[in-house]
Parts: sequence; structure tokens; C-alpha cells
Amino acid sequence: MTGTGQQLYYFDNYASTRTDPRVVEAMLPYFSERYGNSNSRSHGFGWAAEEAIDLGRERVANLIGAKAAEVLFTSGGTESCNLAVFGVARMYAEKGKHIVTTAVEHRAVMDPIRALEREGWEVTYLPVDQTGLIDIDALKGAIRDDTTLVSVIFGNNEIGTIQDSAAIGAVCKEKGVIFHLDACMGLDTEVIDVDAHGVDLLSMSGHKIYGPKGIGALYVRRRRPRVRLQPMMLGGGQERGMRHGTLNTPGIAGMGMAAELCRLERDADKVRMTALRDRMYKAFMELDEVYLNGHPTQRLPGALNVSFNFIEGESLMMGMPDIAVSSGSACTSATLEPSHVMRALGVGEDLVHTSIRFSLGRFTTAAEVDHAIEQCMGSANKLRDMSPLWEMFKEGVDMSTIEWKHD
Amino acid sequence: MAYSNKVVDHFDNPRNMGSLDKSSDEVGTGIVGAPECGDVMKLQIQVENDRIVDAKFKTFGCGSAIASSSLATEWVKGMTIAEAVAIKNTDIVEELALPPVKIHCSVLAEEAIKAAIEDYQSKQASK
Ligand SMILES: Cc1ncc(COP(=O)(O)O)c(C=O)c1O
Repeated sequence: MTGTGQQLYYFDNYASTRTDPRVVEAMLPYFSERYGNSNSRSHGFGWAAEEAIDLGRERVANLIGAKAAEVLFTSGGTESCNLAVFGVARMYAEKGKHIVTTAVEHRAVMDPIRALEREGWEVTYLPVDQTGLIDIDALKGAIRDDTTLVSVIFGNNEIGTIQDSAAIGAVCKEKGVIFHLDACMGLDTEVIDVDAHGVDLLSMSGHKIYGPKGIGALYVRRRRPRVRLQPMMLGGGQERGMRHGTLNTPGIAGMGMAAELCRLERDADKVRMTALRDRMYKAFMELDEVYLNGHPTQRLPGALNVSFNFIEGESLMMGMPDIAVSSGSACTSATLEPSHVMRALGVGEDLVHTSIRFSLGRFTTAAEVDHAIEQCMGSANKLRDMSPLWEMFKEGVDMSTIEWKHD
Repeated sequence: MAYSNKVVDHFDNPRNMGSLDKSSDEVGTGIVGAPECGDVMKLQIQVENDRIVDAKFKTFGCGSAIASSSLATEWVKGMTIAEAVAIKNTDIVEELALPPVKIHCSVLAEEAIKAAIEDYQSKQASK
């Protein structure tokens, strides 16, 4: 767990991915050779930067079936989501001040929406079923005349459940409401076509798709409808006036290459990752009282969030020091509070502390998976021997009838 | 958020992990915490002539909770009841170098010791 000098097997790809070596290579020239500002129209340094940015934009657009002119670059997924939410809410405030979103958003969407709520916007939070999916009819019913934005997460970063973005997009089209899809997770394996899915705004993050950190993109529809955004920062007029500031040429070259690799390799990656992930799940299911969090099938291939009943998640991780994973409830260790996603799923209070999130990626190997299975099973067995709850369970005690002593 | 070496040592080599016969008059059992809070500790003591001759624990909780209860059993073994009651959670915090977010683990361990003693004493009283 110290992460220093120790061989770690990386199963935390949903926190961040390794930058693909081909991406790194594509970025390097833009640090020391072609370091010009793409806004410099009077010399070759500027033209070289502009060329790299055009190519990056083209590649990102290609990944989602968009036109290059509809893609703008940001500092990451968080900025893309913030710009989509604040940008639409403020630009269309005269039309209405109602937003529809879900109970399982990433904080990059949830917190801006909460901020708007404090400023007077009304928000409908759609609940999810126990697999993490929203109900399309509930969405239909939630949209009002003064609704200006529907913002929904695509692949969930904690549990991997994939929302039915095409159905959501169809409802939004029918009702004439702008649809923002937070697709930071999932573009490395899933096909999203902005037209087929009726998406008006789409957030992407470089470091979740084997690109660099600190770069992201936002797709903004230009036709039917033409979506306008109020910018969050003001400055040099870049990115059609929606996102000011000198463009991050190396980051964009990297993000473009990352997007291109996803487009070319996503089908093969999906098949391989799904097989490895399912092998892991099957091994864990040989233990009693193991539960999957998330949708059984409509789920990102890298996602394996499981609850090992009667074992506290942090101790399970401590028992497999070679494996880098996340606590499945993603509770920030500062508060020790279970996450809003686990709560929204209705995961029982007792199970919420027992979950752990393995997230596989493009570079995960079968040998690593086998090693992780072995360490995790060893840790789980050891900790169940140590667990008073497991002992009670084995003795047939009905734990729901116990009055626990706590303050 | 690295663990102290002592926490890791107790986690890797828990002392006195297991169970005593909870129906015995000589055994006091304390169970504290709650699954929904993420920690449950069971601490048991076996008492002869007012002295704790054996102690066992089982814990559901993070590494610090496991280490706190493991340490508690190590300490109470050989103590008189009066000595064991005097153990403070701050002693455990200091010994294991627990960070502020883990102090509640030491509190639970102290409560577990006291609950086990109480259980033992009420068994003796009702004899
Ligand atoms: C679904 C989702 N949205 C938004 C973000 C924020 O992206 P970034 O880390 O690039 O700011 C993340 C990543 O943590 C994410 O998983």
C-alpha cells in the first residue's frame, strides 16, 4: 500500500489509466520542437501547433461521430462537465431554471448542479434501480416546460452501469431539451454516436482513455439545435469563445491519439477485458456471500465492484498489498461516509462497507488477473476467519435482530 | 494514507484471534460497534481469581480496528480486572500511531474491553 518500490498490480483504471506509450510518443514533439502557440498565425511554430490541434480535434470528433468544429478542448473531464452544466443553465436561464439529472452522477456534474440549486435553479434527481439504471418513463415525466438541461452519466465510474443513452437522447429530442452525456468513462470500449444517441453535449476526459491527465474535450452540437454556452473563463477568444485560453498542444495531440487508438482498438479491447473481468468475477463467486454492485450485463467491461459480505473493504485491500484497487464505496477516507452512488443503489447499510472496486484496463494481463484473484481470495478467507459477523452468520444468528452498541 | 508498521504487524500477525466459550461463567464477552458503521469488535476474556488468563478477539473493520483489538487482547492478558478497566483508548492510539480519522477504532477497543468485563461481572453476580 505504500506504493514505493513495491511491485503493484494495477486494478484502478477507473481512477486513472496508464498513458499509452503511443500517446506519449505523439505528444513529445510539442514540448521541445513544435512549442509554438496555435494562435500565432504569422510563423511556422504557430502553424505546426495549429496543425496538431486540428488533427487532435478531428480524431476526437471521429471517435463520437461528430464534426471537428463541434469539439472544444478543456483541462479535463471536470471542466467539460462544469462548462456543460453551468454554460447551458446560464445561457438559457431566461427560458427556464429547471434541470433533470440522476442520483448517480460524478461530482463533476453533481456539485455544479447543487451550486445552481443554491442560486435558485430547481433540480429533479432521477432515482436508479438496484442495478444503477434510471427509468426512461420517469425521465419523460420529469421534463417540464422550463427544463433547459438533462445531464446523465454514461458509464458509471463506481459500478460501471451503462445508461441507455440512445433512449434518453430520444426523449430529450422529443421534448426539445438539451442533453448532456458525461461520457468520461467508457469511450475506450463503447460506441457512442452523437447523432444516433441524440446527444447535444458530451464530456470526455483524456486520462480515462489512456491519454494524459489535464486534458479533456466537450462536444457541443452545432446544428439542430445549435447549442450555445456561456463561458466560465474569459480571455483570448479561443474555442469559438466558449473556452478561452491558449490551447494545450501536447495534451491535445495526446488526447487525439488516445481517441484514435480507442476507435481502432475498442472492439478487441472490449472482448479481452470482458473475458478477464468475468474470470475474476467467477472466481470470487466461489466464495459464499459475494454480491455484484452494478448491472449484471449492461456494464463497462473493466468494472467489477463487489461486496464481500462480513468483510470490511479497507481491510480486504490491506490484505492484498500487491494489488492497487479502490474501496468500492469510494468513501473518501476523510469522512468514512459511503458514497451517494452506493446509497442510490439501495445497497444495504451492512453491505456498503464491504465493497471493493476492481477496474481493469487495456494493459491488464491474464497473469495479473490470476495474481489478483489469488491475493483477494487469500485476504477474504483470512478476514472471514477474523470476522465476528461471519461467525454469527455461520451460527445462524439473525443479525437484523441484534441491537448493536454504538454511539 | 500509509499504515504504521505496528498496525501492519498486528494485521499480518493478529495476536489472540479466535473465540472462547461464551457460555462459560469464567468468560466475559463484549461486542461493540455496528455493521452499518463499518466496525464490529468482539473481545472475550477468561478470568480466574480476578486475573485475566486468556483473551481472544474477532473484528470486522479496517486494519486499524483489527490492530486495536489485537493489541487490546495482548495487553489485557495477565492483567487484573482493575488494571484492564484502566486501559485508555489514548494508550492504544499512541502505541499504534493511529491517525486522527482512526481514533474511533481505539475507542471501540476500549469499549470492547469494558463490555467484556461487564459481561463477566454480571455473570458472576447472578451466580
Ligand atoms: C464519470 C466521470 N465524470 C467526470 C470525471 C472527471 O474527469 P477528470 O478527472 O478528467 O477531471 C470523471 C473522472 O474522475 C468521471 O469518472
